[in-house]
Amino acid sequence: MTRLPSRGRLSVAVGVPLLFALLPLAGLQVPWVLPGTTDVLNSAGTLAVFGLCFVFGGLALSFDLLFGFTGLLSFGQVLFFAVGVYVLDIALSVWQWPLLPAIALALAAGAVLALLLGAISLRARGIAFAMVTLAFAQAGYYLIQDNPHGLTGGDTGLVMSANRLPAFLVGVVSTRNLYWLALGFLVVVYAVVWLTTESVTGRVWQAIRDNERRAEVLGFAPFPFKLASFVISSLIATAAGMVYLLLVGTAAPDSVAATTVTVSILVMVVLGGAGSRWGAVAGAMVYVYLQQYLLKVAAEPSFGSLPAVLRVPLSQPDFLLGALFILFILFAPGGIAGLAHRVAARRHSRRHWRPGRPRRAEEEAPAGRSELVADGTQ
Amino acid sequence: MSTFIAITISGLALSAVYFLVASGLSLIYGLMDVLNFAHGVFLTLGGYAGWELAARLPAAASPFGFLLTAAAAAACGALAGALTEVLLIRPLYGRPLGQILVTIGLDLALVGLLLGGFGSDSRSITVPAWLSGVTTIGGERIPGGDFAALGAGLGVLAALTWFLRRTRYGIIIRAGAENREMVSALGINVGRAFTLVFAIGGAAAGLAGLLNAVVFSGALIDPVQGDQLLIFAFIVVVIGGLDSLSGSAIAAVLVGLVQTYVGFYADSGAGLAQLANVSVVLLLAMVLLIRPRGLLGRTT
Repeated sequence: MTRLPSRGRLSVAVGVPLLFALLPLAGLQVPWVLPGTTDVLNSAGTLAVFGLCFVFGGLALSFDLLFGFTGLLSFGQVLFFAVGVYVLDIALSVWQWPLLPAIALALAAGAVLALLLGAISLRARGIAFAMVTLAFAQAGYYLIQDNPHGLTGGDTGLVMSANRLPAFLVGVVSTRNLYWLALGFLVVVYAVVWLTTESVTGRVWQAIRDNERRAEVLGFAPFPFKLASFVISSLIATAAGMVYLLLVGTAAPDSVAATTVTVSILVMVVLGGAGSRWGAVAGAMVYVYLQQYLLKVAAEPSFGSLPAVLRVPLSQPDFLLGALFILFILFAPGGIAGLAHRVAARRHSRRHWRPGRPRRAEEEAPAGRSELVADGTQ
Repeated sequence: MSTFIAITISGLALSAVYFLVASGLSLIYGLMDVLNFAHGVFLTLGGYAGWELAARLPAAASPFGFLLTAAAAAACGALAGALTEVLLIRPLYGRPLGQILVTIGLDLALVGLLLGGFGSDSRSITVPAWLSGVTTIGGERIPGGDFAALGAGLGVLAALTWFLRRTRYGIIIRAGAENREMVSALGINVGRAFTLVFAIGGAAAGLAGLLNAVVFSGALIDPVQGDQLLIFAFIVVVIGGLDSLSGSAIAAVLVGLVQTYVGFYADSGAGLAQLANVSVVLLLAMVLLIRPRGLLGRTT
């Protein structure tokens, strides 16, 4: 039942990852725009930021599957990310397990927890669902902070021990390998999300998103479908957490388990365009890239000479990203993907416009889906 | 027994602060179906407004000075609330999800701005000595701040009840929560009521932010304090039923007491410092399993 993508889309789907895969081999000098400390494209700093972009791209996709495609606004996505980070970290560093069993354990923990919490929280709908998931995630955060049996390291976090890691993930050469690992992760997640959302199950998810009662009347009991969406999304988030840990090398509650992380995932997806797969990835990449880049700019010595009125707001990526997010909600609710649709539709109508044909209707037709999701007016 | 009474009063003081936050949230939700995530930064703004004024006011350590500080916190919260409604919520009428998302963005942006302006270090608010000290009543040693919080909570509860029952705008707000379309069809400007609930909610939040800093954070204020409190306020409104003010009041007492009792009695033995917070989450899960729309909520 899966629709095949058109040839144009397929070449983008192969070409863009291929370009990114070749990036570590390109020692280009690119002035100004890079987030690393040097202007070389394949410097360790820049590659690390791109790696982070890919991890959050995958995480944003997992959230888009739940929110953009199934209409479930969860505020607990960070919990499953944290399970990936912490279970892998504890298995590797505290219990000294080899990598593969540790990964299996983290995935199993994510799956069991997702089934359990999904079954409970999906009893609530709408805002109540968002709040229950928020509360569970917050409980997880408190538990991590509590440092039970000295496992999580509490507030200070837990540094990953490299003892049991394979050689290609350790040391100076690992930057490139980790970059490729994160890219590979994103490609796999994209394929999984594409396959599931385009499958029959994915159609039912979208039917539930658009009108749950109608889906129910048509004979699809919503609960198992919603639970499936919740579990798949949570497992992807767990996997993202594991890649994050390998990339960053440390687990700290405030950067991987706090509600602020869920808020940033939400901002990424809405910024990119909820209900659009490439939009979610684009939103995550823009968000992480801007965050790192703005921090770098704010740390430059010339920045300190700016007047305080400019320096204070510009030194805070959260302020700029929050403001950007507000502007998008007000003026471009479909996010980056919605804007792209609009531009494409305008070009299309200009090319195919003939006298006597209504021009506006054609312009507006294809922009619909993602904007509807962001609107919530259906 | 004597500690039990002191603990109970401290728990009720926490309940009072929760109620101040939750009352605004449920008023706004009841009338407009918007869960206001920016409430967290309203709290923090109230705290900072109090800090700013108390630092400049020579008489900040007198009871009258503290009243002025509290008024500044409430006024700042009210202004923030009204501006939010007019500038950000109003353009998004008919897009409920957009309204919720825009409050999330506002919270993110303003907390970032506060971090940039004040740094992540806490600031100390000048308060009268009796507020940060301990009062002894009949052998019980009770922190003075507890009385301030209790007084503010009860005062706001009484004022809101009077306002909603007895005044023209209060009645419009209640009618609007019942059936918004009908109220505007009768020729009443509901838009003004929207701004009003945001201003009232913001004022209560500003006051709560100051009290939370003074009573529960050692008179210290920092940029993320409000968002930390907001999570518990969310739990309170969901337990109480999102659109019900009296539900919020009951749930605030419930959550405040459970959190304080568990914090005091379970903490010492179990070695789980966060057990009190976790117990509140479990309480929420339990209530929602039995009654998905909350204690007194009309809708889910």
